Amino acid sequence: MSAKEYRTASAARGGLLTVANVPNIAFGDRVRIRDHQGNTRNGQVIRTSNEEVLVQVFEGTAELDLESTWVRFLDEPVEIALSPEILGRVFNGLGEPRDFRPPIVSNLRRSISAAAFNPAARTYPKEFIQTGISTIDGLNSLVRGQKLPIFSASGLPHNRLAAQIVRQAKLPDDDSRFSVVFAAMGVSYTDARFFQEAFASSGVLGNVVMFVNMADDPPVERLTLPRMALTAAEYLAFDLDRHVLVVMTDMTHYAEALREVATAKGDVPARKGYPGYLYSDLAEIYERSGRIKDRHGSITLVPVLSMPSDDITHPIPDLTGYITEGQIVLSRELNNQGIYPPVHISPSLSRLMKDGIGKDFTREDHPHVSNQLYALYARALETRNLASIIGADELSARDRRYLEFADAFEQRFVRQREDEDRSIEETLNLAWDLLSAFPPQALTRVNETEIAKYHEQSA
Amino acid sequence: MKQAEKKGIIQDINGPIVTIKLPGVQNGEQVRIGSLGLYGEVISLEGEEALAQIYESTEMVRPGEPAEGLGHPLSVELGPGLIGGIFDGVQRPLEEMFLKAGDQIPRGLNPLPLDREKLWRFVPSENLEPNMPIIGGARLGAVQETETIEHRILVPPTIEGELIELAPEGDYNLEETIGQVRDRHGRVHRLKLYHRWPVRKSRPYQSRDNGVEPLITGQRILDTFFPLLKGSKCAVPGPFGAGKTVVQHQVARWANADIVIYVGCGERGNELVDVLDSFPKLKDPYTGRPLMDRTLLIANTSNMPVVAREASIYVGITIAEYYRDQGYDVVMLADSTSRWAEALREVSGRLGQMPVEEGYPAYLASRLAAFYERAGRVETMDCGKGSITLIGAVSPPGGDFSEPVTSHTKEIIQTFWALSKELADARHYPAIDWVDSFSADVGTAAEWWHESIDRGWEKRRAQALGMLARDAELSRIVNLVGPEALSSAQRWVLEGATLIKEGVLQQSALDPVDTFSSPEKQFMLLDLILSVYDEGAALIELGVPVQELAEMPVLARLRRCKELYDSSQTDRLEAFRNEALKDFKDIHSEYAQRGEQTA
Repeated sequence: MSAKEYRTASAARGGLLTVANVPNIAFGDRVRIRDHQGNTRNGQVIRTSNEEVLVQVFEGTAELDLESTWVRFLDEPVEIALSPEILGRVFNGLGEPRDFRPPIVSNLRRSISAAAFNPAARTYPKEFIQTGISTIDGLNSLVRGQKLPIFSASGLPHNRLAAQIVRQAKLPDDDSRFSVVFAAMGVSYTDARFFQEAFASSGVLGNVVMFVNMADDPPVERLTLPRMALTAAEYLAFDLDRHVLVVMTDMTHYAEALREVATAKGDVPARKGYPGYLYSDLAEIYERSGRIKDRHGSITLVPVLSMPSDDITHPIPDLTGYITEGQIVLSRELNNQGIYPPVHISPSLSRLMKDGIGKDFTREDHPHVSNQLYALYARALETRNLASIIGADELSARDRRYLEFADAFEQRFVRQREDEDRSIEETLNLAWDLLSAFPPQALTRVNETEIAKYHEQSA
Repeated sequence: MKQAEKKGIIQDINGPIVTIKLPGVQNGEQVRIGSLGLYGEVISLEGEEALAQIYESTEMVRPGEPAEGLGHPLSVELGPGLIGGIFDGVQRPLEEMFLKAGDQIPRGLNPLPLDREKLWRFVPSENLEPNMPIIGGARLGAVQETETIEHRILVPPTIEGELIELAPEGDYNLEETIGQVRDRHGRVHRLKLYHRWPVRKSRPYQSRDNGVEPLITGQRILDTFFPLLKGSKCAVPGPFGAGKTVVQHQVARWANADIVIYVGCGERGNELVDVLDSFPKLKDPYTGRPLMDRTLLIANTSNMPVVAREASIYVGITIAEYYRDQGYDVVMLADSTSRWAEALREVSGRLGQMPVEEGYPAYLASRLAAFYERAGRVETMDCGKGSITLIGAVSPPGGDFSEPVTSHTKEIIQTFWALSKELADARHYPAIDWVDSFSADVGTAAEWWHESIDRGWEKRRAQALGMLARDAELSRIVNLVGPEALSSAQRWVLEGATLIKEGVLQQSALDPVDTFSSPEKQFMLLDLILSVYDEGAALIELGVPVQELAEMPVLARLRRCKELYDSSQTDRLEAFRNEALKDFKDIHSEYAQRGEQTA
């Protein structure tokens, strides 16, 4: 650690501090700043030349006084100390404890900005995870090593859903549970407490690492927080051979913090003021999930984000959807009808589902049943629209059957209790229960053998 | 001539953009910077200072560290050993990097793209003799690169002169001399099994040629409705979740091309793993060999450094041109060109260039056009024919096709496969929208279909598209006033359009039978469904209620034909056709009799 302190700060703007006449400072270096009251702040070098160094100050530059600001360059990138002791602990965005317990002491320190995984080192994720939630298991299955975000919006129960996934997720034939890394960015005290209590009440707290940045904590810390969390997750997965489930909430706050810093730096904005590199930046986070050849552990990532004004085309959900392997979209309409979990089936998708379900993984009819439910529900929603215009009485008998299906699907298949843990078998049987309302010839996505085996009229 | 290495020092580091003081460096020249030796290229010069974009992360690099110019622009190695490989955006071999350096891609490591040890059996061309004049691009001989690909060894395009030596048949590694050419200045060039070529410069050819035959992808909506010619340019735009990747993978799997180059440009790592995992197990339907025997992957995933992403599509297209010059039909898939454009935007933003639309630089349109123009069917320097068919995925923000990358691309390409969120949400796959998509090559494709498959192709295609348009119109009426307002004939059109959608347009990439449809099968299915529709329409004229027709059991089977009969079972499809049409004839005669009785 370099002992030399500089007192050559020449400008402070937003979260950025310019330091003049400091030679040979490395790009990305960690910085410690001492203000006139002797308090320290943390930062990172984001542009460097021999004349001038630009430092991003995580705690902001408010109340800094250029005259009496001492800047020290630590000559190391932002790092996190790692040991098995991190389980059960709570940290902030800089990796410092926020549970009033001593910091982690370990020789193992890793830079939080890891190099990209070599695509040739990855293995394709294909182990089905049973979450016990029909809309996910049956229609948008999650597999180990996948990144599957929840697209939500203000007032929707995304936190409850995320907590339920954490409580119930397991492999169908294996009782070992996931280790959980929980990353909260810009959350309210209520939300943070909700999660803490949810983890405690389900007895997983000792198996959880929490990284928490509250809504009133410095926004810049939100930029390092997910990277801290993922470095910890990589350690648990690839050093300690654990299967790790990473829940991140709320990615919208992360992106907003990124925009704040980008604007202060003077970066050219692309859409809605977000910098052009938002895609690459989000990808750096999301792509750290996955499975690696010859490694036992895995990282499954469930980021939660709220869509500003319920708009799925907003840059944050939009770019996320282009990077992640599907999305679970929550619906305000279903929520208003009191349906939990209010999963909006039509725009939801799991890209890795195809290889993780079916004969050798869940049940042979699973892919077709899922397709069939999607197709029927799409048709049923059209019919519901039509009924709202011409009245349900005007519908043909065939159309009325679709209308009834839409209701039954939402009330019986989508809706379930927060503590209801359905096995995949139960989910698929429930699906056939609904499909059996249709005559076999109306079901073109399932094959004839499956109809013979599972359709109630055939049985 | 090798230039003396130029030495300099780093002045300023701004993410991937680094200012170096390096007098004498050329614009576009490759540089290595810092103690790690990170690679990059010069993108502008001002006095003694050069701005370089670096392909790797510049973390912990400092001002004052050394920098050197390498004397050549970004180039790729072209020679046997490319096929079956996976390379990053600057052609580093990823398999080898994994073996050497582990799970993550380390910085400053630069293994050679092609294996220098491996011996290749070189067979010289028979028509060549010493002292013959020879031009760049001429074929010196060949080595068998994979079971199916004969790799033709070409004289590098820049060398021309007198062939003074050609090696006899034998096993050679890449560094051994297999021929010598004396140019008109008297300089002797030693030729090897490989040569290098700068990626931003297109390789020369004799002349451009028109496309003559369609690329067969085995996908019904593509081949039958929106055909793409070999040597043509195509864009596949779509919002996330609409199935762009699956369409691209299906084309990579089933296209009747000799070589497939798949460039994963700023996309998901697992998608490339999917290709790496599944292609060696899948058989090329035309040769019966594993698909990997004709496939090459370029991978710059979304989390890999953005500057190398910009380079990756040039690396891909240059390798495509190299195989084209050997006389092959090459398909290059670029997934996604939007991420490439974003890489351009990021660099231009760091350079402080004036943004025009949504932050993109003003040269976006011209760069896109220049890239797509490298596709085409040509007469090669060797007087053969080769082609590059270029298929670029576009990822418009919010699925908005009016955004800059989609709209500029649309001006350049000939075939447009537009993906629709609505279709994907209803699990209608491939979710290619028949209203927004187009092909400017239907006329040429029709000649091929009429010649090779059936004279009725163009008529049937037009009839089907007409019915789909009519269906959209009628559905609007239904949505306003309900189905009762339609006449029987109109309701039969709706039934017919549904049959086309479910029986022809929808195609499952996961179903082992349905995933590939030969042109014969494609036409038979379409013709069968339209014949059924025509028969039904005639019956409705006779007064048969539409309900009776819609409930005929044969229709349910008709929808399943695509997955019941594979491309080799056209005889069974034919038998089913006769059976189906007979059912209609029976109703016909029944009603005709009734008509006579009442008359």
